[in-house]
Order: sequence, then structure tokens, then C-alpha cells
Amino acid sequence: MAVPEPYTGVTSSSPVRHHILSVLVENKAGVLARIAGLFARRGFNIYSLAVAPADDSQRFSRITIVVDAESAPLEQIRGQLNKLINVVEIKDLAPKEALERELLLATVEVDEETRQAVLDAVAQANAAIVDVNDTSVTLMLAGTPAACDALERQLEAFAQIELHRTGRVALPRLSSEPTRN
Amino acid sequence: MQLTGAQALIKSLEQMGVDTIFGLPGGAILPVYDPLIDSSIRHILVRHEQGAGHMAEGYAMATGRPGVAMVTSGPGATNIVTPIANAHMDSTPLVVITGQVPTANIGTDAFQECDITGITMGITKHNFLVTTAHEIPRAVAAAFYIATTGRPGPVLIDVPKDVTQAMMEWWWPETIEDLDLPGYHPESAIDGSLIAEAAALIAAAERPLLYVGGGVLKSRASAELLAFAERTNIPVVTTLMARGAFPDSHRLHLGMPGMHGMYAAVTAMQQSDLLITLGARFDDRVTGRLDGFAPHAKIIHADIDAAEFNKIRQADVAIRGQIKDTLLALDAATTHVGDIAPWWKTIDAWRDEFPLAYDPQDPAAQLRPQAIIEAIAARAKPGTIVTSGVGQHQMWAAQHWQYEIPGTWINSGGAGTMGFGVPAAIGAKAGHPDRTVWCIDGDGCFQMTAQELVTARAEGIPIKVAILNNAYLGMVRQWQEMFYEERYSEVYLSPDLPDYVMWAESMGCVGLRARTMEEAIAAIDLANTINDVPVVIDFRTDASEKVFPMVPSGATNDEILVHPSQRGA
Ligand SMILES: Cc1ncc(C[n+]2csc(CCOP(=O)(O)OP(=O)(O)O)c2C)c(N)n1
Ligand SMILES: [Mg+2]
Repeated sequence: MAVPEPYTGVTSSSPVRHHILSVLVENKAGVLARIAGLFARRGFNIYSLAVAPADDSQRFSRITIVVDAESAPLEQIRGQLNKLINVVEIKDLAPKEALERELLLATVEVDEETRQAVLDAVAQANAAIVDVNDTSVTLMLAGTPAACDALERQLEAFAQIELHRTGRVALPRLSSEPTRN
Repeated sequence: MQLTGAQALIKSLEQMGVDTIFGLPGGAILPVYDPLIDSSIRHILVRHEQGAGHMAEGYAMATGRPGVAMVTSGPGATNIVTPIANAHMDSTPLVVITGQVPTANIGTDAFQECDITGITMGITKHNFLVTTAHEIPRAVAAAFYIATTGRPGPVLIDVPKDVTQAMMEWWWPETIEDLDLPGYHPESAIDGSLIAEAAALIAAAERPLLYVGGGVLKSRASAELLAFAERTNIPVVTTLMARGAFPDSHRLHLGMPGMHGMYAAVTAMQQSDLLITLGARFDDRVTGRLDGFAPHAKIIHADIDAAEFNKIRQADVAIRGQIKDTLLALDAATTHVGDIAPWWKTIDAWRDEFPLAYDPQDPAAQLRPQAIIEAIAARAKPGTIVTSGVGQHQMWAAQHWQYEIPGTWINSGGAGTMGFGVPAAIGAKAGHPDRTVWCIDGDGCFQMTAQELVTARAEGIPIKVAILNNAYLGMVRQWQEMFYEERYSEVYLSPDLPDYVMWAESMGCVGLRARTMEEAIAAIDLANTINDVPVVIDFRTDASEKVFPMVPSGATNDEILVHPSQRGA
């Protein structure tokens, strides 16, 4: 999978000109490799990618891809994706038309001194504590990419054991139609 | 009816109307070779799997029907990767069946295991790993459907050995829905409003040009193209992949554009104010340096593949659909064309001043390759099919032979695969046993796949091969001469190592040699009388001969170099 270019002057989760593709695919072996391979081959940059079954029958999956629309014209990315036989439907969403959310999970080391500061940060970010022991706290935030960025920056002050983000999923805002179907 | 997976596979191929398979067996595909004995399908046993792939391509390009190749797993499968990539670049419909290790062994580095679906993901239109015998009919039917519809291309079916050995209840997918391809919608109706826009551009153009690509052949739209061109009087160029889509002898035809295109064709593209682009893709070999390509032209771009639009050159009107339908609609909508008489005057002046040129053949001097091609062409029956390898000989064969009908020029365009010519000729002849097939080959190319002449002899496929033996990797030599100060690096091959005549004879072919024009004519005439075995002629040609015109790589098409005899002082 293409490694994203370093985006200068912007936060880690907001590429200069990103676009969200919500791609419905047949849930067949290798379909993710087909998509990743296509992006790598054509020099399209993937910023993040999230995959999950799209229906109970397990026949389809939805892949939410945040693409760097500077690396190639969106029309090309869509056009080439569309040629993959297992791709059933592509919806694209401009960031301003999209409700974007992602999940952040982090385990942070705490001691007597830092425990309260971590809890404050969690409260301030509207995050939740999901696990604790004597030395660590695991917390979770489901929020906008910007909120996840902000929390991630705050947590840098503490000794982090692990921090994972899922990459975003998105739906069109109810107030706007998707740009194209 | 209970069948083994192998029987179902062969029966499915029969169901698809397959008459010929090019292949070579091995462990993982063994079960499928057994029911083949009882099938009406002809199997052509190749000597190298690359040969099977190119034969299937030649068959497909000559007949318009998908070519079928079958090979074993591991090295058998990797040997056919080059033809698959080649077919992908040139949009040739191919169905390639590969054996695979038993499903239980997949992922264990089993003997002759290789991830061929992974390897070919980027060079097939689609591929399948079949995991149950029940799925075989659907996989085969879907493979043919995908390979032949929309923009054609190669499809690979990987079949594990246990799947071909398992039993299944025979069934056949009767409808498109049965193929279960919810994401595949190859055809689309022509948008009438775009046709009207295109017709308006045509009406307003002063220097229109029909830029014809291989898609016209794929869409079988030559008759519609001829009708439209004749009615509108718009000049035509045919790319390397489209030679034969429009008669070379026609007054409206300016010839091939591109790096080694005709001066008038290249320059007309440069100066055009409207390129009516039909099934072509603005390949870099056609455009030259892109920022200097056809700077004044508006673009109408018609293609079945929407991803071609605005990929290289922004279109003013992009029309998705079969070229045949587009041409019919365009013909109906084009009520008038601007006054293009001045445009024709300019074009005719280019044609007069810069026809295709080469130094005349001096009877005492070494053979001129162009003269050889013209001599073969002059003695060929109408409908003769020409294949070629890749290099100078390919460009001369594209330039100096007059292609009048579709499917008579078969070459490797997008990939430029040396060694394509001989096996492609065998495949073309297998598809059209009644037609004469000449392979115009280079000595370098011939050495890459010549062993398939054994196949040709054994299977009774009497092709004719003209080796333009310049003792060099000539095209590379030409670049080194022109752009690397004549510093020749690893391009010399020797004229007589191997001895092509002895080699041909050892493969059961007739081997001939010609050093003079007189010998050349005699050899061609003799070859034309031989119809039972393949013939190979070793023409000793002048190594210093270069292909002109030429647009140097990285230059714009305005910097085209014509033949030295045509350059002013
Ligand atoms: C498989 C492959 N390897 C290398 C090349 C690069 N290449 C292009 S033309 C050419 C020379 C071909 O030599 P020959 O067949 O003798 O033809 P000529 O140019 O002499 O007519 C080479 C090496 C290629 N196109 N394909
Ligand atoms: Mg040569």
C-alpha cells in the first residue's frame, strides 16, 4: 500500500486535499489486495483505509478509503477502481460534504502524579476509559479525525504504551448529497 | 450428470465454442488433460508456455474470438506471464487456465506452487481461483464474458488439482445473472447529447482528423469508419494497433502516426484543430512529448473504457460506448462539415514532399529490409496476415506493407514483446488455416521463441517466417548510433551464429537464405509454393539501415526527423 507523503503544515490526519471513497466490494478472497495493488501500481496514495462487512449475508464489504487527491485526479482513481470486477459501487465524498469519524484506542502509562492529568485529558476530549490497572489506562475516543489528532497530541506528554487509530469511515451529511454516485 | 471437475472444465470450454487450446501439461493440470483426449477441441502442444500465450493472442487478433491457453502451476504459470501482460496492454481477449496445487497445500510452498493470481492481478482484466468443482462452469463462462465484453483483455482461471479431481453435478449458467458479477457493467448506451456536441465540434473544425486506434478493430467498426470518413472527407490516421482498420490504399488515409509514423500523419495530428479520437489512448509513442502534442486541437474522445478519458489528454467531449455505435450516431448527427479543402491542400503538400523513403536497393549492396518487405507484400495474396516481433523490422513491416482489411496486422504494441512474432503467426494460422501468414521477424526476436516452429511443424501449421537478419538488436543499435555517439553496447548478434537455415531444417521447416535481391525474390517465390511445412528465410540485411521518420524520444512531434534524403541542405 502506498505510503502517504508527509503533509507539510497540516495535522497528521488531514492530507492537503483528501477525498473519501466509500467502495462497496464483493467479499471475495483477494479483493483488498486488488484495491491496494491498483493504488500502488497507479501511484495513487491511500491515506487511510477501513474495511468491514457491509451486510449480514457477508456477500459485500464496504471499504472506506481516504485518498490523496493530489496524487492523481479523482476521476482517474474512480475510473480505475471501477474497472475492478469485484467493485460494485463507488461513492465519493468531498470532505465538506462528509461526516467523518474514526476510533482511537490508546494505552498510557500512569503513576500517582500523572493519573489525574490523563483522566482530565480523557474528560476534556469526551473520550472514555475502557480498561485500567495500577500502572496503565486504556482509553478510547470515537470522534472526528481532528478530535483524534488533538487527543493524540495531548497524550504525547505521557508515556504511551500503544496508540492505534482505525482510519476513518464516513457518511454523507444529511444536509448535502454526495457529489457523484 | 456427475462429472469430475476436469470433465466439467473441458465441457465448459466446449460450451463456449472453443475449438483450439494452446498448452503444455504438468502435474497440477494433469487431471484436465485426460478428458481432453475425448474432446472435439484441438490441443496444440507448445514447446514453451510463452509460445502458448502468444499463439492464443495471435489466434484472437486474427479471428476476433478469444484465445485459450492452458498450462500447469508454478513455472508453467510464470512462463505465460509475459503473454498475459502483452494481451493486457493490447486489450486482447484471452482465457488462460493454470493448474494449481491442491487447495490444502496452498500457502505451504508446495512443489510447483506459485501465487499466479497474485502475480497476474495487475496484468489481467480479472482472475479467479476456483475453490470448488461446482464453481467451474460459472468461472469459465464468466471468464469468457469478461474477456470479450467491454474493453477486452486477458482473464486467468487458476484451478487447484483437487478441484479438478472432485465430482460435481453438471450445470451451466444460462444467463448473465448466473455469472454473479454484480460489479461488472461493460456496455453503456451512447449519450445523444454528447454526440450532438461532437457533431457541433466537427461542423466548426477547419482541420479535423480521425485518430483511429485499436479499439476500432475490437469494436469491428471498420465499415462504419469508412462510411463516416468518406461522407465527411475527414483525413484518417491509424495507429500501430489499428493498422488494417482503414484501407492503406484509400485516398483519405495518411498512414500511421507516432514515433515512426508517416510525416503527413504525424504533422496532421500536430496541426489539427480537432482530433476525433476513436478507440485510441494517447500513448506516449503516438504523442511524443505531451506538452507539445497537438497544441491547437480540441479533443473528441470515444472509447468503451471511461478510465481512458482525461488520463493523458483532457477531452472536450468524451463519449463512452462501442466505437461502432458512436460512429453510427456521429454519422447520423453530422449534418455538415466545415470547408476543409485548404486543410487537404496542406496535407497533400506534406504527402508529396515527404513520402515514405529509403535509399534505393543497389543490386551489389546488402539487402534493404524495406525492399524485402515490399517484395513479399507484392507477391502476397489479398488477406495475407502479417505478424512481427519488436524492433526495426516491426516498424518497417508496419510502414511498408499495405494493410487493407482488419485482422491482417498482428503485433505487440503496448508491451513491445520481443519474440511475439513466430508464436503469434502460428496462432493466427491455426485460427485461419486458409490464409497465408507471414511473420516478419528480427534475428534477435527469432531467437527468443523460434522453438515454436517445432510446434508448427508437428501440428501442421505452415507459416512463413522472414528473418530480417541484420546481425544486431537493430532498434537498440539505432538509438545507440543516433543518441549515444555510436557507442554500441551489447547489441551485436552475428549474422550466422546461429545458422538460421540449419536451425530451421532441424525443426522440420524449409530453410532458405538470401543475400541478393535476386536470391530474395527466388526465395519468396519458392516459399509461396510451399504449403505443407513452415518456411524460414534468412534475409541478410544491411545493419546500418535505420527507421525513418523518427521522433526522438523526449522530443515533440514537431521535431520529426525524415529520411536523410529528404532533409534540406
Ligand atoms: C523481451 C524484450 N527484451 C528487450 C526489448 C528491447 N528491445 C526492443 S527492440 C530490440 C531489438 C530487437 O532486435 P531484432 O529482433 O533483431 O530486431 P531489429 O530491431 O534488429 O529489426 C530490443 C532488444 C524488448 N522490446 N523486448
Ligand atoms: Mg536484428
